[in-house]
Amino acid sequence: MTDIIKLTAAEIAEKIAAGDLTAVEVTEAHLARIEAVDEKVHAFLYVDREGALAQARAVDAKRAAGEKLGPLAGVPLALKDIFTTKGVPTTVGSKILEGWIPPYDATLTRKLKEADVVILGKTNMDEFAMGSSTENSAYGPTGNPWDLTRIPGGSGGGSSASLAAYEAPLAIGTDTGGSIRQPAAVTATVGVKPTYGGVSRYGMVAFSSSLDQGGPCARTVLDAALLHEVIAGHDPLDSTSIDAPVPPVVEAARNGSVAGMRVGIVKQFRGEGYQAGVMQRFDESVELLKELGAEIVELDCPSFDLALAAYYLIAPSECSSNLARFDAMRYGLRVGDDGTKSAEDVTALTREAGFGPEVKRRIMLGTYALSSGYYDAYYGSAQKVRTLITRDFEKAFEQVDVIVSPTTPTTAFPIGERADDPMAMYLADLCTIPTNLAGNAAMSLPCGLAPEDGLPVGLQIIAPAMKDDRLYKVGAAVEAAFVERWGHPLLEEAPSL
Amino acid sequence: MTVTELLSYDAALAAYDPVMGLEVHVELGTRTKMFCGCSTELGAEPNSQTCPTCLGLPGSLPVVNAIGVESAIKIGLALNCEIAEWCRFARKNYFYPDMPKNFQTSQYDEPIAFNGYLDVQLEDGEVFRVEIERAHMEEDTGKSTHVGGATGRIHGASHSLLDYNRAGIPLIEIVTKPIVGAGERAPEVAKAYVAELRELIKALGVSEARMEMGQMRCDVNLSLMPKGSEKFGTRSETKNVNSLRSVERAARFEIQRHAAVLQSGGTIIQETRHFHEDDGSTTSGRVKEEAEDYRYFPEPDLVPVAPSRDWVEELRATLPELPRVRRNRLREDWGINEHDMQSILNAGAVDLIVATIEAGADSAAARKWWMGELARNANEQGKGLDELPMTPADVARVAALVAEGSLNDKLARQVIEGVLAGEGTPDEVVDKRGLKVVSDEGALGAAVDEAIAANAGIADKIRGGKVAAVGALVGAVMKTTRGQADAARVKELILEKLGVSE
Repeated sequence: MTDIIKLTAAEIAEKIAAGDLTAVEVTEAHLARIEAVDEKVHAFLYVDREGALAQARAVDAKRAAGEKLGPLAGVPLALKDIFTTKGVPTTVGSKILEGWIPPYDATLTRKLKEADVVILGKTNMDEFAMGSSTENSAYGPTGNPWDLTRIPGGSGGGSSASLAAYEAPLAIGTDTGGSIRQPAAVTATVGVKPTYGGVSRYGMVAFSSSLDQGGPCARTVLDAALLHEVIAGHDPLDSTSIDAPVPPVVEAARNGSVAGMRVGIVKQFRGEGYQAGVMQRFDESVELLKELGAEIVELDCPSFDLALAAYYLIAPSECSSNLARFDAMRYGLRVGDDGTKSAEDVTALTREAGFGPEVKRRIMLGTYALSSGYYDAYYGSAQKVRTLITRDFEKAFEQVDVIVSPTTPTTAFPIGERADDPMAMYLADLCTIPTNLAGNAAMSLPCGLAPEDGLPVGLQIIAPAMKDDRLYKVGAAVEAAFVERWGHPLLEEAPSL
Repeated sequence: MTVTELLSYDAALAAYDPVMGLEVHVELGTRTKMFCGCSTELGAEPNSQTCPTCLGLPGSLPVVNAIGVESAIKIGLALNCEIAEWCRFARKNYFYPDMPKNFQTSQYDEPIAFNGYLDVQLEDGEVFRVEIERAHMEEDTGKSTHVGGATGRIHGASHSLLDYNRAGIPLIEIVTKPIVGAGERAPEVAKAYVAELRELIKALGVSEARMEMGQMRCDVNLSLMPKGSEKFGTRSETKNVNSLRSVERAARFEIQRHAAVLQSGGTIIQETRHFHEDDGSTTSGRVKEEAEDYRYFPEPDLVPVAPSRDWVEELRATLPELPRVRRNRLREDWGINEHDMQSILNAGAVDLIVATIEAGADSAAARKWWMGELARNANEQGKGLDELPMTPADVARVAALVAEGSLNDKLARQVIEGVLAGEGTPDEVVDKRGLKVVSDEGALGAAVDEAIAANAGIADKIRGGKVAAVGALVGAVMKTTRGQADAARVKELILEKLGVSE
């Protein structure tokens, strides 16, 4: 059993294809692991045991019938509870959607099913993906498998924790300001935010439409690439989806190399607020890149200093509009409907009960920022900053092939430490947000443990839009070199649960 | 309800100049909704034409209907507007249960069409230019039915029913610039503008624009300024004025009401007003204490619309003749006066007459039947001419039968009656009812001889020069032939046989 859950997605798929394992065995092993550890970890909000086993049986039947299997056929996956799943609850980590059973599959969900991936269940997250710790989930926090008293990152803490706890070899996250990459960094897993428009948003419950992007989470760069290829591609149901071929990510992951590449390091991604051990591991990573044949170029991107401020105007503004539909009229929670109250009262009572404090805070911020008289000063200015950040990236990518930085300034902090200090919480996304604002692609992968606390540190790689393959080419090279140096994947140093 | 004070229309116009703004919403006749693939067919079971997108379910996303954009551009071009090279949709944020997302996907400061005009012709032929501010694309809301109250409004209702079939149906909102200088003709201009716009929309084929079905809805904004002043007064917004006549009446009522308020030293409150079809009055709706804040921002779920100049020119080349131009051309072709043309227009007979002429009738005959027998029939049944079970081809056939002498007018009316009664085509009715002018000279000759013999006295008088007496003999012949003879020919035959010439 233990062996199966430690396998990578690529290995599982290979063994199923070869007949060494059945999809049902693999699924059962992971379901058993979930049963054994998830009470402690709380990565899952919903485990779809029957659905997963049915999908696994279908894969085994396909193989028995001699049908061709896809590259991830039979591989279990943990799906962030932000994607709609027909007939399976979707809560977005919020009480307001408690009990809602979507009547339709997200495009990403459909693609996973068509690729015969086995969806184990839905993972925990900060409510509406607003947060960096998963503490904002209405259903309780998730523990970081490295130290269950610490946060697994957020908003996709359920997905990252499920990987680090060996409950699933693959997971799906969404990244609006770092919600795939920061959880990957603090759990020593791999997470990729694809180019905006690379993965369909149809059926992904919106937080901030112009920033949200679904992407792959895994324990290895190759696994992430295999998953990336399954979920990416043009979707006519998403107008912002890019109508172009998916970058050759799997090929890049199989041919990792940085030789001759120009790698940028940005002045703005260091300084106050960065943990010493994080910077130490980051600097070592830069040294490693040099050793592997990359040329390091120092970059100045002054507008990045404004990214966090711009983000906290744009994202709340869009969310204030996106979340307006939760009015208790058509689906989800309804509070106070006793036959005497008006529709407005019922809406107000439902929102009071159904939205958590962070969601309320952002709705209010956004409503204010979009108000006439304030629009230009807030939303308008933020959009200008966004343009400047995009230009800084464009200039940077004239000089370099990729940019590297720490993924997040610190290692995993204790649950509760920043819960009452939203500003401190927001700083976790300092290095990840510029990429969301510009719409390009980025990856986080493990680069060691911080000496002072023994917790994982993430290395962020940033590529231009639609050059997602570069992330995998560089990521695979770095991963291989580190694993060789450490003698094993970093995650193996995590305490057993 | 308090009685609204009104100043007489003449007194109001003596003291004030009206300023109007007209906002017209047109539901496009696209097969599918503006942002999803759901059908737009009217009359389906409530909520049967919905999907995650038009229900605003979490995770759903919009996709722009290309035909909707094309229709908007056509309307813009026909209104002499500039077409944006690049424009975006915007979210208009406000709460209402019939709006699934609690924001309406609309356009704000980047409309697809702007800066145009529409020349409208008043009944006496005078042309008035109405400047167009903008035309923009948006989606319709669902439909609320408030149950249990006395008025059908939400106030006092026990519960409400929601039908989202209409949610997401494409709308074009066309907004005029302030209409000034129309003076006492302002209500007439308002009506003529909406009428012209409706004709235009229909001619473009982008909507049937049936006001009675809500496919075209009009808001009348009106304010007064003292004569000689150039500063606009405070306006009222009369919502959902849904017939041409109502547009005129609403404008007239508001002019009189505003004038009464202003004359007595009062101030006009900026508010929306409800129009009442029964007595033509308006009553206070919602007071707008301050401009409502819709928190517009560009719709992040849609990419900008950037119609290429080539496409715009292609569409421009397909525009039909403008209704006003066409009407004037037809009026001249038909050789009729403005008043008669207006009657034809009001009867909704223009296209039917044109089609009848195209089917071979001459224009006088086509007009005669549509505006006479058929208009009378439609009127009696409370139907539109185009709803009668008689086609332009049928009318042309009747006209042809008359022209060749097979039918006289009296028989033709019977044929029309038969066609309307569902007895078949004109030829079938002629056969079935045996309606043919008796043109068999032998049979007719015999009838004439018979009549002369039976009325010898009259015959003598005619022979004696009293030709006017021939009518009595013609009547006798028509009687024996049961009206199926050609009266003119009968007269000729009688005079011939009696050796008298006229």
